[in-house]
Amino acid sequence: MEIDPFIFRFSIFILAIFVGYYVVWSVTPSLHTPLMSVTNAISSVIIVGAIIAALAGSSENIFETSSIFGFLAIVLAAVNIFGGFLVTQRMLQMYKKKKKNK
Amino acid sequence: MISANLSAIFYLISGILFILALRGLSSPETSRQGNLFGILGMIIAITVTFLTVGNFSTSTIYVFIFLLIGGAIGAFIAFKIPMTAMPELVAGFHSLVGLAAVFVAISAFKNPEAFNLGIPGDIKLASLIEMSIGAAVGAITFSGSIIAFLKLRGIMSGSPITFPGQHIVNLLIGISIFVLIYFLCSSQSESFFWSMIVISFLIGVLLIIPIGGADMPVVISMLNSYSGWAAAGIGFTLENTALIITGALVGSSGAILSYIMCKGMNRSFFSVILGGFGGDASVSKDKKKDQKPVKSGNAEDAAFLLKNASSVIIVPGYGMAVAQAQHALREMVDTLKKNDIKVSYAVHPVAGRMPGHMNVLLAEANVPYDEVFELDDINNDFANTDVAFVIGANDVTNPVAKTDPQSPIFGMPVLDVEKCKSVLFVKRSLSPGYAGVDNELFYRENTMMLFADAKKMTEDIVKNI
Repeated sequence: MEIDPFIFRFSIFILAIFVGYYVVWSVTPSLHTPLMSVTNAISSVIIVGAIIAALAGSSENIFETSSIFGFLAIVLAAVNIFGGFLVTQRMLQMYKKKKKNK
Repeated sequence: MISANLSAIFYLISGILFILALRGLSSPETSRQGNLFGILGMIIAITVTFLTVGNFSTSTIYVFIFLLIGGAIGAFIAFKIPMTAMPELVAGFHSLVGLAAVFVAISAFKNPEAFNLGIPGDIKLASLIEMSIGAAVGAITFSGSIIAFLKLRGIMSGSPITFPGQHIVNLLIGISIFVLIYFLCSSQSESFFWSMIVISFLIGVLLIIPIGGADMPVVISMLNSYSGWAAAGIGFTLENTALIITGALVGSSGAILSYIMCKGMNRSFFSVILGGFGGDASVSKDKKKDQKPVKSGNAEDAAFLLKNASSVIIVPGYGMAVAQAQHALREMVDTLKKNDIKVSYAVHPVAGRMPGHMNVLLAEANVPYDEVFELDDINNDFANTDVAFVIGANDVTNPVAKTDPQSPIFGMPVLDVEKCKSVLFVKRSLSPGYAGVDNELFYRENTMMLFADAKKMTEDIVKNI
């Protein structure tokens, strides 16, 4: 008997939820805002689906309905990827330790 | 062109890099490196996708153009946005993830061959269910985040919008989504697909309008979680591990944040979702009943008190963000430190409009993060402190939460500000906070109210020290 590949993906999904659970509890509360902006950026990895959709158009007609939605999704996800990572970086740069008195 | 197996391994690697990105946030020292891991993971995922599709045609050029357009917009926003606007920005970004999920689901529905899901009109059942869930959750995330954005930006009133039978209506609409998905699966008809998406947009709006301004930290975290589940749904459709892992990470991250926020307010998740809290309706009816005496002072009095203190705890809140007072506050603290006064900051979990809001603002004003403490870490120190300087916070300091079981905020963990020898309370008026509860602290012997704009008052105090 073969196991449906869906079950494999589902296992990965459930395990990742557990990993997420423990990793996020260890995030220090003062970094909760950067946590939100970085999760935003990484969830935009959905762009991989958008790219596949956009590239699927036939060579005569690049802009079919499905590829148009793909292109739109690329723009949205790209805003998020660049915006999310950069704003996170900008925030994290601001967190500084007390200067030691020498 | 690379094989499917190889690309799956690369997707796994980028999933792991995303885990490391979140892991880095356990301390500010490792966080910047963590962010770089995240960026690397994203670059790997995108590159691998190009290589897997492998057909480099004119479409590829367009993909790059659109990628750069979006990237330029994102980068522009990231550099221009003021730190005080972070809650709106995050809500806005959530809406984009949601809409992108809807768009990808639509593409997959229109052109299933590209994703190996079957042919139009005969899409694999499992894929159809997965993409419907991804699209529905994405649509809810999109419209819900738009409402949250409008409320946070102040374009829409922060007070809850309720109407009779609201919960029943929401429930029926919620059920209708499942019914539509069922019909979609049995008929493969496009019209069911579109109506399901439209109805999901509608329910997103209806879910968020009854939730008041003070509950925004929960809403934002909840939408963060939804955006993750939407991504995971699409990840199952595309059979993409990176997307499944990321969706699960983001989904559980948002859920944990919602939990922490609810706990910070001592409210159950469901009572927040059902909404209606923090409206004007509940504004204390006994307002006129007893005009208790209030001691108010000016900047000079405050400066005198602060100068003669040996330790001060600052309690910032949303009012500080509104008045953009964080820089003036830091200046005040610098002056105090020059006079050998010990200063620390106390941040309540739900201070502000999103998790960690105050910490970012203080960091922006160059406050070292090791001077900023969480509720549990600092609450015992108030008793040994001379002055508590409350700037823009209200409900989170209200002793009623500990004493009056009748109060709507009873049981909420609060900062024990009243235990300080004296309390300076910067506020524009005596009006109650978002919970609509009068703050008993205003009328205490050891409290001095400083009625002014937070920024102006702080600047005046600096001049007087």
